[in-house]
Amino acid sequence: MKGKKLALGLALSVALGGMAACGSGTGTGTAGTAAPSASGGGRGPLTFASGKFEAEATQKIVDAWNAKHPDEKVTSTVLPESADEQRRKLIQNAQTKSDALDVILIDAVWTSEFAANRWADELPADTFDASGFLPPAIDTGKYRDKLYAMPLFTGTGLLYYRKDLVEKPPTTWAEMTAACDRVLPKQKGMSCYGGQFDKYEGLTVNFSEAINSAGGEFVDASGRPALTSEGAKAGAAFLADGFKSGMIPKEAITYKEEEGRNAFQEGKLLFYRNWAYMYESSNKTDGSSKVAGKFDVAPLPGRSGIGAGTLGGNNLAVSSFSKHKETARDFIAFVTSAEQEKAFALINSTPLARASLYDDPELVKKYPYLPALKEGILAAKPRPKAVKYGDVTAAIQESAYAVVSGAKPADQALTELQAALTPLLQ
Amino acid sequence: MATVTTDRPGPAMRPPRRPGRRAGRGRSWPAVLMLSPTLIVLALVVLYPLVAAARESFYTSGETLDADGFVVEGERFAGLANYAGVLGERFLNAMFNTTLLTVVTVSIEVVLGFAMALVMNRAMRGRAFLRASILVPWAVPTAVSGLMWKWIFQADGVANAVLGTDILWTAEGVYAKFAVIIADTWKTAPFVGLLVLAGLQIIPGEVYEAARVDGASARQTFWRITLPLVRPALLVAVLFRLMDALRIFDLPYVLIGPRKHSVETLSGLIWDEATRVHYGPASAYGTVLFLYIALIAYVFVRLLGADLLSDVRTRKKEA
Repeated sequence: MKGKKLALGLALSVALGGMAACGSGTGTGTAGTAAPSASGGGRGPLTFASGKFEAEATQKIVDAWNAKHPDEKVTSTVLPESADEQRRKLIQNAQTKSDALDVILIDAVWTSEFAANRWADELPADTFDASGFLPPAIDTGKYRDKLYAMPLFTGTGLLYYRKDLVEKPPTTWAEMTAACDRVLPKQKGMSCYGGQFDKYEGLTVNFSEAINSAGGEFVDASGRPALTSEGAKAGAAFLADGFKSGMIPKEAITYKEEEGRNAFQEGKLLFYRNWAYMYESSNKTDGSSKVAGKFDVAPLPGRSGIGAGTLGGNNLAVSSFSKHKETARDFIAFVTSAEQEKAFALINSTPLARASLYDDPELVKKYPYLPALKEGILAAKPRPKAVKYGDVTAAIQESAYAVVSGAKPADQALTELQAALTPLLQ
Repeated sequence: MATVTTDRPGPAMRPPRRPGRRAGRGRSWPAVLMLSPTLIVLALVVLYPLVAAARESFYTSGETLDADGFVVEGERFAGLANYAGVLGERFLNAMFNTTLLTVVTVSIEVVLGFAMALVMNRAMRGRAFLRASILVPWAVPTAVSGLMWKWIFQADGVANAVLGTDILWTAEGVYAKFAVIIADTWKTAPFVGLLVLAGLQIIPGEVYEAARVDGASARQTFWRITLPLVRPALLVAVLFRLMDALRIFDLPYVLIGPRKHSVETLSGLIWDEATRVHYGPASAYGTVLFLYIALIAYVFVRLLGADLLSDVRTRKKEA
């Protein structure tokens, strides 16, 4: 009997201890969030969480800052490569109210979630001058008309096309299919068009692009989903019919960025939608790409005229749990200054958010796609802004995958998506 | 004291319900005391997470916004609301997938693993090399083997080239299930083989000699001698594989991708809910998965595991 009691007692004390710990945890937590956003100040060394792709360029900028600010040195830590992993890491950091990270690099679509949960601080309008930036990029850093994050990178989908087979890039879907009908009979094993259609964030991007490029829109002016419009249906039908007719090869349903890039580099696609990063790697002459020097880029085509790409990008924000917020804001202003962004662009091809870089002769010579990209970004549409963006994109992927796999008629999938998004976008 | 411990080794670790043990208990206090650090550590690392998860499954947080658009902080008691999804299509689908993958992969792996063990047990040339090579798949981390099989199963991959087909293995559909089953079997059949081999090697050679003298056929030898004698080891292997397969996550995730209905398992569903910051439902599903695994383990041990516990029972009878 005693043994049993002992075991029970242990279990209870552990359980109660756990409860007590949880209780006090939430208690101090609420108090803790109020404190830093109220005080807002503090100067001192920083930790900057950045992505892996841009590590080299980031380090250069950080070194430049450190040379000028010996008392407020910045250390950069590299987050995991995949966006999902990064998000999990940042949320974990926020939920434990850790001050381990001061300046964080967040995906453009996470702004609402980070702002609404008070994981990122509002940026005072007077410290940041938004005028030099591409307007759609600045907009991704806002939540309820207040600025929470400064855009650093930006970008949208580009149409990669084979300039050796097509003289002039198509501006409409009809022109694109006409070009395919003309070229493909003579090209064995080549398909017309590819994008990213596996079930992940890329599908949300591609699906939004189809709908926006057909004259539809994901959310109307009042912020409600608008997927039952004629334009939305035409956009979904473009993808559904594309897969049905073979204009989009059926294996494109397994494509993420890299699988599609391989197909394009193998000469299996006449047109391919991807981000700007592919320009450099597909032009490598080390034998990895069969299309080096044979392709060019253009803005995405649409139903009647140039289409609307989906806006991507990454923004810089101040963590709400930072102890040195004043320095953190200064550092963000430094990184996003015209001088540093250009230095960044000269090292790394990830497109940046300042408008002037796209007309800079030195950069245009290095990255010939910049004019096409600027045109694309100015016409680009953001993905829906939502505090629960994770739920929104999951719902979009669900319906979009049903459309591209032919599991459901486009109309039915859109009606279901409208119903699923309505409670999420209020 | 001395007699007690020789009679029943480790009295404090036993469930204290058995009537025959009452006499010794008073004197086992020093043992309990000495074991208490272990018990505390066990309670902390095993019991606490379970209790915390079970508690979490009755709460929600971060669901509502205030007038300024900020998430209302703090947890709210939600009763059984988080368990509502247990009846939903997605959970039932995940439950079905988990069970199907478990039953199919474990069955195939037992047959294949047994065959491998029989081969490895043969005395022949190059046996060490054969044993080592059979164990290679088991040594590869699951995430890595998932990537490797993804490369094999991609649209223009090895599988389609060899079979002369153009199946999209990694898209939704029944082929995704096949892909996961094949990759999982490849990886874990050697594990079963290893455990069965250990069981085979402790069967004394004289038993087989006697059988040969009595004129037993190969089939009789297998069914009457090998299988019964290797059964305890085999059951341990199957139990381990069952537990493992019921919580399978990384292989479908890496090979096919998250949120694909054809291969979404319970662990995958829990992961997805947790990454979307739905900790309440994630904990609820986690609790259900824990109970499911516990139930299967219990049933397995009750129905088939007589041999596993026969040792304990004989000792009890002696006492």
